[in-house]
Amino acid sequence: MLVHVSVIVMCLAIPAKVVNIKGDGARVDFGEGVLREVNVMLVDVKVGDYVLVHAGYAIQVLGKEEALETLRLWNEILDAAEA
Amino acid sequence: MVESLRFRDAALAKRVVEKIRRLASKQETVKICHVCGTHEWTITHFGLRSLLPANVEVIAGPGCPVCIVPASEFDEAIQLALKGMVVACFGDVLRVPGSKMSLLDAKAEGADIRVVYGVGDAVKMAEKERNKEFVFFAVGFETTAPSTAVEVIKQPPENFSFLISHRLIPPAMKLLVEMEDLSLNGFIAPGHVSTIIGVKPYEIFPKRYRMPTVVAGFEPLDILFSVYMILKQLRMCKPRLENEYRRGVHSEGNVKAQELMREVFEVTDDNWRGLGIIPTSALRLREGYEKYDAHLKYGVEVEDSVDIQPGCKCHLVIIGKIRPTECPLFMRACNPQKPVGPCMVSSEGTCRIWARASKPA
Repeated sequence: MLVHVSVIVMCLAIPAKVVNIKGDGARVDFGEGVLREVNVMLVDVKVGDYVLVHAGYAIQVLGKEEALETLRLWNEILDAAEA
Repeated sequence: MVESLRFRDAALAKRVVEKIRRLASKQETVKICHVCGTHEWTITHFGLRSLLPANVEVIAGPGCPVCIVPASEFDEAIQLALKGMVVACFGDVLRVPGSKMSLLDAKAEGADIRVVYGVGDAVKMAEKERNKEFVFFAVGFETTAPSTAVEVIKQPPENFSFLISHRLIPPAMKLLVEMEDLSLNGFIAPGHVSTIIGVKPYEIFPKRYRMPTVVAGFEPLDILFSVYMILKQLRMCKPRLENEYRRGVHSEGNVKAQELMREVFEVTDDNWRGLGIIPTSALRLREGYEKYDAHLKYGVEVEDSVDIQPGCKCHLVIIGKIRPTECPLFMRACNPQKPVGPCMVSSEGTCRIWARASKPA
């Protein structure tokens, strides 16, 4: 299932999907046909994972559960009683 | 489902802004500081300040890694380039003024300066061109330092070295919170720095300084929710550390990256442009890795460097003491085409971001 985390154009680190892995390198898809080799030494990653990429290095694996957690947090805040 | 991941939901924004307004109406003036160029971009690009009540101010701290590197380190990179080394750097670095010139000016004089996407690309170039000496100008906060560490560990070729200009964010936040005349009431902590270091390094801010601190992501809603979380903590008089950006930041951070950084770097005191020496705020290569240190390898000494050009107020913009529009040079003598200070160059510099959002003077 696709995990879509919005991309800010000039964001320091942007999400991409891992297409294949070879040693410390991986080919990742930033969407809209932008593919690039990045280094994955800093993360434990498998094909199909989404990663945050900064300057050619994956620095974090993005999980759907964590993405949903943000939305849950937001809704909790909105539903909470006023301080 | 994709539809369920509503990171840009206008209805949610409306609701949280309403909550911010209600909460702020019960409070005095609140000044919140972020320390991330990308946060400033989100805030400015989406006009978030216009949504906040008049008594809630969000200011930009030293969140631009290019802006805070002192001119002396640019001068050293420029001198290395003029002496015939290939200097590889990030694109944002190219036009930043050193004391007398920028790397781009040096390029115009024939120096071999190459813009790379990441340090790995520079190493590949050095492997192919063994007859040239390569220096990578390693600028960046904790987000970027691990990539330098990776390439040091991988042992680059002998014709490759690093000019390390990495700086650390929490010590700069400590400097800000201790500046009494800034009168901060809360911190929005940077998202991707925290992806690497985790949340623990920020614990001192609520504990020692009673400063609400929220790690935030980069969507407009992330910022708005973090502002609300800070206001709520202030209202309840219970300052604490919260992580709003759980999808990008695990509490422990990226442990692998931290281990690599510890292996390769040691922490040192160093100068920040316009701010002076900040204790334990910079990285340098540890013993055993000195052969990759361009500073030691080439021994270029820089004298009489000028961090802040006459009239430039970058040193005040960097700490959020003034807004870019309060600088007399902003969009007059200093503009994106002809920048005077570093804040007008980098896409993460506050002046550059404000210039992009403003109409030309």
